[in-house]
Amino acid sequence: MATIFQRTSVLTDKPFHYCPGCGHGIVHRMVAEVIDELGIREISTGVAPVGCAVFAYNYFDIDMYEAAHGRAPALATGYKRVHPDHVIFTYQGDGDLASIGTAEIVHAAHRGEKITTIFINNAIYGMTGGQMAPTTLVGQKTTTSPLGRDKDHCGEPIRMAEMLATISGSAFIARCALNNTPNLIKTKQAIKKAFETQIARKGFSMVEILSPCPTNWGKSPAEAMDWIQDAMIPYYPLGVMKEV
Amino acid sequence: MAKKLMKGCEAIAEAAIQAGCRYFFGYPITPQNDIPEYMSLRLPQVGGCFLQAESELAAINMVYGAAGAGARVMTSSSSPGISLKQEGISTCAAAELPCVVVNMMRGGPGLGNIQASQGDYFQATKGGGHGDYHAIVYAPSSIAEAVELMPKAFDVAEDYRTPVIILADGLIGQMMEPVEMPDNPNPVMRDKPWAATGYKPGGAKPRAIINSLYIETEDLDELCRRMQARYREIEKNEQRVELYHTEGAEFILCAYGTVARVCKAAVRILEEQGVKVGLVRPITLWPFPSGAVHDAIAQDSVKAALTVEVSAGQMVEDIRLAVNGCKPVEYLGEAGSRIPEAEEIAERILAMRRA
Amino acid sequence: MTERNIFAGFGGQGVLLMGQLLAAAGMMEGKNTSWIPSYGPEMRGGTANCSVTLSDQEIDSPLVSRPTSLIVMNRPSLEKFESKVMPGGTIFVNSSMIDIKVTRNDVTAYYVPCNEIAAELGNDKVANMIMLGAYLGKSGCVDIETVLEALLEKLGQKKAKLIPLNREALLRGAACIE
Repeated sequence: MATIFQRTSVLTDKPFHYCPGCGHGIVHRMVAEVIDELGIREISTGVAPVGCAVFAYNYFDIDMYEAAHGRAPALATGYKRVHPDHVIFTYQGDGDLASIGTAEIVHAAHRGEKITTIFINNAIYGMTGGQMAPTTLVGQKTTTSPLGRDKDHCGEPIRMAEMLATISGSAFIARCALNNTPNLIKTKQAIKKAFETQIARKGFSMVEILSPCPTNWGKSPAEAMDWIQDAMIPYYPLGVMKEV
Repeated sequence: MAKKLMKGCEAIAEAAIQAGCRYFFGYPITPQNDIPEYMSLRLPQVGGCFLQAESELAAINMVYGAAGAGARVMTSSSSPGISLKQEGISTCAAAELPCVVVNMMRGGPGLGNIQASQGDYFQATKGGGHGDYHAIVYAPSSIAEAVELMPKAFDVAEDYRTPVIILADGLIGQMMEPVEMPDNPNPVMRDKPWAATGYKPGGAKPRAIINSLYIETEDLDELCRRMQARYREIEKNEQRVELYHTEGAEFILCAYGTVARVCKAAVRILEEQGVKVGLVRPITLWPFPSGAVHDAIAQDSVKAALTVEVSAGQMVEDIRLAVNGCKPVEYLGEAGSRIPEAEEIAERILAMRRA
Repeated sequence: MTERNIFAGFGGQGVLLMGQLLAAAGMMEGKNTSWIPSYGPEMRGGTANCSVTLSDQEIDSPLVSRPTSLIVMNRPSLEKFESKVMPGGTIFVNSSMIDIKVTRNDVTAYYVPCNEIAAELGNDKVANMIMLGAYLGKSGCVDIETVLEALLEKLGQKKAKLIPLNREALLRGAACIE
């Protein structure tokens, strides 16, 4: 019998712990496939964040770190300076990257650190139970914005891709989404481009990915995909923000 | 190598390089800036890397990344900056990563001042960060001793896979003394099969997972038991102490770091007056040399002990625990950054003698 | 022999350098030495000072609370440290800048017009070396040539041309002590 599809060997056999309809599993597979396709498995290391992807080290069958909240880019910096010929990526959510780890991500980009960041933006804190993130949309209800995010009280959502694209050390910055097949194909292409940017030592690379969180959004998986299209993409435009 | 008059900070940095340290991540704070400044020039000359981080938090996490990658790596800071590093030190301890952290203590609490102090004793010896962990803590009292302790610090960090803290006061960093760097140091680099250096499926080296998260109770318990067992080993093997004129002494002074040298001057002054006084100087603050402290103070000849610190009285607690009530233990010192003078210490001993 | 000295003056008068040269020269002659810059509450008030200890024995405390010699380049430094000097000790006063006298009678005082002599030599910057020369003339704890060796190491060969001027300054200072 001919094999027409198989799970990439860069992922372990361990079943994902993610909720039904969550985007993490999709992105994990894309990252693993890219590592496989680029033939860099034996020199690749990943950094898991604090957030829903905290156990990513169980899924990627490569050397892995677990970083304290927000510190993944600093940690990756330390690794990369020791093994400049290796490939390292951080996998971070919006609380981790856009809130507690803002300094670390901005300065990794500012130094032109040759690392790749996969940034999952689902507009909410998932692991801690649906609290407001810096990326939470105005009016969006969360457990710490029960009446909806009020911009006069806590500002408007932060656009990390646009911000990091302004920094001279960043070499490839894109925003993608997981809500339909064309966008999935573009996401995978962007991830590949980000890794290639690192391998070519051009500078910092990041792919921000709008990703569904049906559980904390209180939606079905299908509704969650619609919400990405109808609510998130209008505020977080897709595309390549920077490519050098 | 000929003796050279060196500033403490620079001597510590050079000694680290001689010990095979090739990576330094730090953030400026007074009074330890001569360490990163020295490293920024010297490390590239020896094929290493210096990087000024955006914060202390980032610096210690860069240390985490480099240590996990198998490198000999260090950072340095001073009290307020060390507070910021505590998250990372706890994480390194739990991830069983070797690294060296230098703290040139300055006056606290808060921003305090930039003078020498010993206010971080509790922080360094009782954990500092969250959770049940220890770092090995060395307290040099001269530049020569700091130079001698640096290679030791890197070695024990790797032997026990733990962070090691060099707890010096700002004075040791700023003063100059003649230093003899080792001629041919040839540090013995440890094998690090646990390090993240790239994973080949089916190869001899297992996949590295550098981690401090153990969500299952049994898994965390197993880590903690492993760490605690290691701490018992460290307590057994790594205690260091200097006993100075303690044999048959009438009073025992207890002090560490620069203050211990002031105490030696007090011993000289008192001996000139015919008073027999000794000094117990812990070199490792953790593991604390409780046995040696106890034995020195429990001698029949000893009337009482006096602990001298530039703090509100921190090490005195460990001295009292070690002595366990068998002799009175008094304390002389002040919170902040005033170093007691030798004459003042001598007068206090004379007063204790009259009492 | 144990010399415990405090060098003090305004920032910019070269007092830290005087101390460093003495410590380095002491080391070159095989003595134990230590040098501590202004480091303590006394740092406030615009003065710079350093403590230098030279000894044939191991140095216990490098902190100098009771100096055997006090070398002061300006008036606030004399006022601040005069009372600290050990009975029987020595105070070297830069009389070009200090218009008061040492009040204690249990110490020996030398008055050295450092800035005037420096002006005679054509370079105000060597006032500190004149004072260091005076100290060496009295204490004899290290050789003037060793101090110049330490200075050369500090300056580097490119500035070796400054050595003769500094030698003259040290000798003129030493000559002030009879």
